[in-house]
Amino acid sequence: MQTLVAYVENKPGVLNRVSSLARRLAINIDSLTVGPTDNEEIARMTIVAHTDERGAHRLEASLEKLVDVLLAENVSERPLLERDLALIKVTADQKTRPHLMELIKVFRARVIDVAPESLILEVSGTVDKIDGLLEVLRPFGVLEMARSGRIAMTRGGDLLRPPGAPPKTGELETAGSKA
Amino acid sequence: MKLTGAEILCETLTHLGVRHLFGYPGGAILPVYDALGKSKLHHVLVRHEQGATHMADGYARASGGVGVAMATSGPGATNMVTGIATAMLDSSPVVCITGQVSSKLLGSDAFQEIDITGITMPITKHNVVVSRAEDIARTVREAFVIANSGRPGPVLVDITKDAQQASCDFNFEASAPKLPLKRQRVNYEKAEFDRAVELLNSAKRPLILAGHGIMVSGAMRAFDQFVRTGNFPVAMTLLGIGCFPASDPLNLGMMGMHGEAWVNHAIQEADLLIAVGMRFDDRVTGDLRTYARDARKIHIEIDRSEINKNVKVDSALVGDAREVLEQLLPCIQRRERPDWLAHIRELKGDSAVRDIQGLPDNGHLYAAHVINDLWKETRGEAIVVTDVGQHQMWEAQYYHHNLPRTLVTSGGLGTMGFALPAAIGAKFAKPEADVWVVVGDGGFQMTMCELATIVQEKIKVNIAIINNGFLGMVRQWQEFFYDKRYVATPLVAPDFAALANAFGIRGERITSRADVTPTIRSARESKESVLIDFRVEQEDSVYPMVPAGGSLHEMIRRPNSPLVETAATEL
Repeated sequence: MQTLVAYVENKPGVLNRVSSLARRLAINIDSLTVGPTDNEEIARMTIVAHTDERGAHRLEASLEKLVDVLLAENVSERPLLERDLALIKVTADQKTRPHLMELIKVFRARVIDVAPESLILEVSGTVDKIDGLLEVLRPFGVLEMARSGRIAMTRGGDLLRPPGAPPKTGELETAGSKA
Repeated sequence: MKLTGAEILCETLTHLGVRHLFGYPGGAILPVYDALGKSKLHHVLVRHEQGATHMADGYARASGGVGVAMATSGPGATNMVTGIATAMLDSSPVVCITGQVSSKLLGSDAFQEIDITGITMPITKHNVVVSRAEDIARTVREAFVIANSGRPGPVLVDITKDAQQASCDFNFEASAPKLPLKRQRVNYEKAEFDRAVELLNSAKRPLILAGHGIMVSGAMRAFDQFVRTGNFPVAMTLLGIGCFPASDPLNLGMMGMHGEAWVNHAIQEADLLIAVGMRFDDRVTGDLRTYARDARKIHIEIDRSEINKNVKVDSALVGDAREVLEQLLPCIQRRERPDWLAHIRELKGDSAVRDIQGLPDNGHLYAAHVINDLWKETRGEAIVVTDVGQHQMWEAQYYHHNLPRTLVTSGGLGTMGFALPAAIGAKFAKPEADVWVVVGDGGFQMTMCELATIVQEKIKVNIAIINNGFLGMVRQWQEFFYDKRYVATPLVAPDFAALANAFGIRGERITSRADVTPTIRSARESKESVLIDFRVEQEDSVYPMVPAGGSLHEMIRRPNSPLVETAATEL
């Protein structure tokens, strides 16, 4: 599994170009998230792809050939934080609810909706953590689940910013950047 | 000054230096055609939109500039697909302009509406829909920049009819391209460069693999100096032909599936390969597991996605070929390499004996002789535009190009039907040049309607049909790999000379070797286009041949006595 971060033009069709490229290279995308940046003309993508380092290099270099992709970087080998967000609707009646609440505490999940027969939990974390929570919830009855796909950020002063956007004054200047 | 979008398009193209464009009108592009009539642009009416894209491609390849093709929406646009893909695979700067239904109708399956940007997304370098007259000038300027910068490629601009009809202010200078600001990567670290220099200076058996990128970057002069300084022997890809004179003793010829045997052997024996502007296509490497196993590799290439794609390299110098070569030049040491160069000469071995050129006139007409005679008669100075198949490989082997951009051929996509329209484009790019189409009887029948374009435009393009009554290259594969089961390769053709006459073009039919040169000469002397139907040996094959996926040094060679068993038959 390889993780790439990309900055792209925020306009129609760009997601299609990116995903179409992965298809053409016969690379299966595990998750692809797109979100806004502080510049409304630029969006940030995190792409997690089923491929090896060589495939990731091709994907990265081919993505940067697209006119609308400003930057693409394979960050798989760098110190990295990856997070996934999940909403999980789980069966919960009077009997099982106390036990569920215990588990929720252990996994640092939150209950965001309570209904007579079910709860909706919100949990964020690594893929492993969410998979772990799901594992223990399954016996209670997982009714529905939505996951955001991974977003990723390199640690510390290793900055990945859109081209032409220098860090704002004072921002991270001391964090041993220039890495 | 207020102009309509259609007028703005014509003005913008004129400002960009466009003189000819190749196209076919229709409903959704009619406003542009109306404006074309009032402009200084010369529009070449094609007979099929595929022809328009090949003409623009041929124009681009012969000139080094951008070729422009135009079509209406729907079927006009979809007919361009093959030509766009051809340009994409061979990195040719073509701008296609298509009409589109009015923006209000987009997505409604209106008459002749098709999502051409969706269709062409994977086969264009970039494409875009324009639905406002205000955006036309800037977008077209951007298309030209994208098409002909970096690794060139086709760009499609789809303009809605309402954008063509609407009026707005036009100012060329104010419509400068506004392309997204991209991250500039460091092309290569100093250590990478130093490693390349060390490899270059320490190699005992170096060999250059010269590709199309040399022509694209205009690196011919730097390349020449580089080759001479290091005394590096040069092998060329099909599209690299012309980047270095064929007459130079250091030029070994073409490599790959139908490359010369000694070239492929030299590659396999080299201790250093210097790949310049080429991409290690499967047709030049054969089996990657056995490819140049003793060689370290340096890859000079502008497209970072090509690095380590097929062949893992020891030093990758990403960048424009000319710039990289100019930086390397002062660092490389002079070498004579008498042993290595003498060894390569020895590798030629019995190739001369096997060469069909040495065969005395036995009453049979061979394609190789026709092409070699064409080379001699044109003193190697013609622009030869080939189609795809056996004749294409024979052309690469027996027409010795000394000048860049004189061989125009579809390499990557291998598009049959390319030659005739591409030659028309090449003629518009180089009106003074002697332009020859070398085409098979199969490929010619795919786009022969463009003969009418030649007549209507009153241009001179000579056509040599290498007619063997077969889809020759496929037949050859059937002979070698399918036990001579010739399924769907025997091919009936019209009487091409009579067909030419019907179009108003002089046609000749040649069946004997003695008539080849006089007919070529007479065609060259004629003021008008001449079509010559060369009835050649039916079951001759291109040798050597590396079977697909085979090792580069394991070639099927021409039998020692190169007699071919079948006689040309009268149709």
